[in-house]
Order: sequence, then structure tokens, then C-alpha cells
Amino acid sequence: MSKNKVLLTDPLDDNNPITVQVLGICSALAITVQLKAAIVMSLSVVAVMAASNVIVSILRNLIPNRIRIIVQLVVVASMVVLVDEVLRAYAYDVSKELSIFIGLIITNCIVMGRLEAFALGNGVWRSFLDGVGNAFGYGAILILVAFFRELLGSGNLLGVQVIPDSFYEMGYENNGMMLLSPMALITVGLIIWVQRSRNRKLIEKA
Amino acid sequence: MNIRQILDTVKKPFGKGEKFEKYAPAINAFDTFLFVPNHTTKHGAHIRDAVDLKRTMITVIIALLPALFYGIYNTGYQYYSQLGTAFSTMDAVIHGSLKIVPMIAVSYIVGLAIEFAFAIFRGHEVNEGYLVTGLLIPMIMPVDIPLWMVGVSVAFAVLIGKEAFGGTGMNILNPALTARAFAFFAYPTYMSGNKVWVSEASNLDGVSGETILGMLASGESSIPYDVSQMFYGGIPGSIAETSTFMVLIGALILIYTGVGSWRIMIGSVIGAAVTGLLFNLWGANELMSFNWFNHLIVGGFAFGVVFMATDPVSAAQTTKGKWIYGILVGLFCILIRVFNPAYPEGVMLAILLMNVFAPTIDHYVIEANIKRRVNRKIKSNLNVA
Repeated sequence: MSKNKVLLTDPLDDNNPITVQVLGICSALAITVQLKAAIVMSLSVVAVMAASNVIVSILRNLIPNRIRIIVQLVVVASMVVLVDEVLRAYAYDVSKELSIFIGLIITNCIVMGRLEAFALGNGVWRSFLDGVGNAFGYGAILILVAFFRELLGSGNLLGVQVIPDSFYEMGYENNGMMLLSPMALITVGLIIWVQRSRNRKLIEKA
Repeated sequence: MNIRQILDTVKKPFGKGEKFEKYAPAINAFDTFLFVPNHTTKHGAHIRDAVDLKRTMITVIIALLPALFYGIYNTGYQYYSQLGTAFSTMDAVIHGSLKIVPMIAVSYIVGLAIEFAFAIFRGHEVNEGYLVTGLLIPMIMPVDIPLWMVGVSVAFAVLIGKEAFGGTGMNILNPALTARAFAFFAYPTYMSGNKVWVSEASNLDGVSGETILGMLASGESSIPYDVSQMFYGGIPGSIAETSTFMVLIGALILIYTGVGSWRIMIGSVIGAAVTGLLFNLWGANELMSFNWFNHLIVGGFAFGVVFMATDPVSAAQTTKGKWIYGILVGLFCILIRVFNPAYPEGVMLAILLMNVFAPTIDHYVIEANIKRRVNRKIKSNLNVA
């Protein structure tokens, strides 16, 4: 069991898909302007990764090696379409906000990466845990970045103003650069800096 | 007791094995500021010179002073002349000092606090680089920017622009311009437009505090300033950038002492002049038909080229590379001015862009040199045979 638990906890810190494997950076820059979008995106990725990892793991002995990428793509694409349809049905506003980015989960390197690296060679339960763990690791960074970007960039959290008006009267201004994607990259960089100074074993030997 | 002895007494508790050993970098910084350290590097191939980094930096500071003093005067001059009241030179200097001295203080306090904290935390000596950066940052800001924005920009520049890359000497981008670019994109309403360049302009009615480049970008063709005003600097703009004359004095100091590269300065002027001339011939908008010579003396071009583009850390290092780098800085500066109405002044972005390309330029210059010498060797071998 402890071996399985590692599958869940490892991607949160030691083997985080964004900060350690440096996968899925594009979406981390694109949809972290607002916390709400980031949360929905994270949940969508959890659903897609868990489901496609399970399906590919079930099919892993049936998939011919030479066309495995195509099969993986078909599986991921179907899951993404499912998630997209569910969002449109139950959270239309958010789905409109995220628009193309849900569809682009299919191009998220983390999804394909885990299918290739893990689901093709492991059992169903372990693949499920691995998918969920990595998606949570991805989501954690996404939400953290979005938290700072929305707070400092527009003074809101989840669309509600949290920086009091008295601050603005004293001359405080929202940081417009937080809303631009370069600052998202820098925020991810700062998170990596903090993580590495806390977690020494991540530092490569020179 | 002379200063040396006083310093040695003060330094005693910071010595090896003493109580405050951890904070030794802080006291060493002050010591080497006053006295040239009496030890040299012992390993590796180093170029040894009587002038160390601190003395180099102080030369730059001296070169900056004319522009700074004129900037202080000009701040007051712009304020009172827009106000329309009578004033003496002294009034203008006092008004300017009240505005600018706090900005310099904030810049140095925030920047040096971060530098000292990093030096103590990482256990290395305090880097000298901030001495110049700390003065440059307030000099390239609009006069009315709130002090806390100066502080945040400084913190960003020192942390992300410099320390993240490993401190002085390792940064890719010029830290002072990093601070300005950060402020420019983070707080655009305080960094551009026609209300920020003249002191208190946002509180006064009927003030036209637009910069010349800003006027041209918005399509105005009649400039209320003549060429001598543009050259000597009685125009609105960032604090110390307006007077090309004062910047040229600084440039002479830098070139005479060998601290700044004349190749980069001349290269930039050539690049900007040629580009400006070509656009004069085209003349599709106001900025294009703006006389090429005037392009050189308005805005931050002169200041940026003399004090920022020549930053020895972020500029190209090879001789040929310096020419290429300089010419491209000038070219891009005019290109950005002319083609992007959102950025009437392009010198900041031009220098930052070329900072990024400087290592690439150097790489190809060196490669070309190696190839040339290999070819020469082959040829001479053939001749022998």
C-alpha cells in the first residue's frame, strides 16, 4: 500500500509535473489569470488523466506498439470531449471562459507523458492513482500561480474583491504585469526556487 | 587614530571565529568601499588591474552626476514653468530635490537591503553592482511615480533580474532597465501618457506634460520645443534623460577613463542615425518624418546608449560584437519608436532585446574568428607544401 501511496504523493512535491518535470507549462501560463478558471482546469485534467490512464492501462496488452500513440490520442481526445460536454451542460459560463483551453488538454504534455511512461506498463489501480496524483500535482501549481496572479493582478480572489478599498485610496495599484503571461512564468520560476531551497534533493549535482 | 585603525577595531567582532562572523560580508562591503582591499586573486587566469570593481562603479556614478543634477533642476523648471509662476534657479532645484532625493533613498535602501541579505545568507561578499543600478533606477523613472512603486520595481530587478541568475556579473539583462520595464508593464498609467512627466501634473489643470515622442506618436506635427531645448534638456521626460548635453559629458568621462565602451556608443548612434535617415525618406507618419538628428537627442536614447547599453555585464564582450550590438540597439530603438505607437520610446526595449542577444552575437563573432584562423593555417600549410 505504501508503494501505491507514493504514486499519489510523489507528484505533489518530489516529482511535480510542472516544477520538476517541467511539463504542461503552456497551460500553466495561459489559464492562471483567474483562480476560478484554474480550479476548473485542474479538475478537468484530474478527470481526463484518471480516466485515460485507466482505459489505456486496461488496453495496454492489446495495443500494438507501433500505433500506441494514435490509440492514446483517441482515448485522451474522447475523454476531453466528454469533459467539455459536461462543462457546457453544467457550467456554461466557465466553459465559455476557458473556451479552447479545455480542448487543448489533449496537447498537455503531462497527459501523454503519463500514458507513455506509466499506464502502458502498470496495472489499472496503480495507473489510476498515478493519473490522479499527477493531475493534482499539476493542479496544485496551477492554483497557486492563479492565486497570486489574481490577487496581485486584479485584487480579487474567485472574482470577489479581497484587497480593501482603503488600500486603493492610499495609493495602492494592481500590478498589471501579473496579468501578462511572462509574469506567470516568473511566478512558476519563483515557486521552483522556493521548492528547491526547501527540498534539497531536487538540486542537480553540478 | 586614522580611519584604517578605526575600521580594524570595528571589524574585530566580525573576524573568523568571532561573534558576528556571519555578518562579515556587510562590514567588508563598507571596508572595501573606503579602502582598496590589499589581497588579490590567487588562482586561475585573471586580468589584474589597480582599479577594482568598486572604483569602476564610482567612475560611473561621477559620470552620472551631471545628468542627475540637471534632472533635478529640470524637474523644478518644468513644474514652475508649466505653473506659470515666477521662480529662481534655487526654487527649481529645491522642488526637484524634494521629489528626487526620496526616490534615490528608496532605491538604495530597498536594493541594498536585498543585496546585503543575500550576501549574508549565501555567505559571499556584497556585490558592488548595485551602487550604479541604485542611482540609475530613479534617474530613468517619471518624476511623479509613487515611491512604493520604485521600491517594488527595485525589489523585482534585484531579485529576479540579478540574484536569481547568481548576482552581479551573472545577470542577462541590465538590472536598471529590468526595473523600468517592470514598472512600465505593471503600472502603465504611471509610466506613460501625458500626465506623469511633469511634477504634480496630474493635480494641475491645463498642464501639457507630454513628451516630444508622445506628441509625435499621437500624430501632432508641431513641436513646441526647438532643437537647442531638445539638446540641452529643458523638456519633459524621465528625470535624467532629457539633457543630451549632460549625458555627453558623462559619456566623455566614461570613454576617457575607459569604463564605457565607445564602440557601443558610436555604433548605436550610427545605427539610429541611419535608420532615422531611411525613415525620413519614407515619412509615412509623424515619427518617421521626425528629423533623424532630432531622434538622437530626444527621449532616453542618449542616456540609454551611454549608461545602459554599455553595461559591461549585459552587453556584448567582443570588439566586433560591440559594434554589431551597438548598431542593432540604435536600429531597434528607432524601429520601435516609429512602428509601435504604444511605445513612443523604444530605447528601453531595444537595449533589453539586445541584452538577450549579446551572448549569441559574441558566440558567432568568436566562431567566425576561429574559422578565419583555421583557414589561414590551412592556407599557409598549403603554401609550405
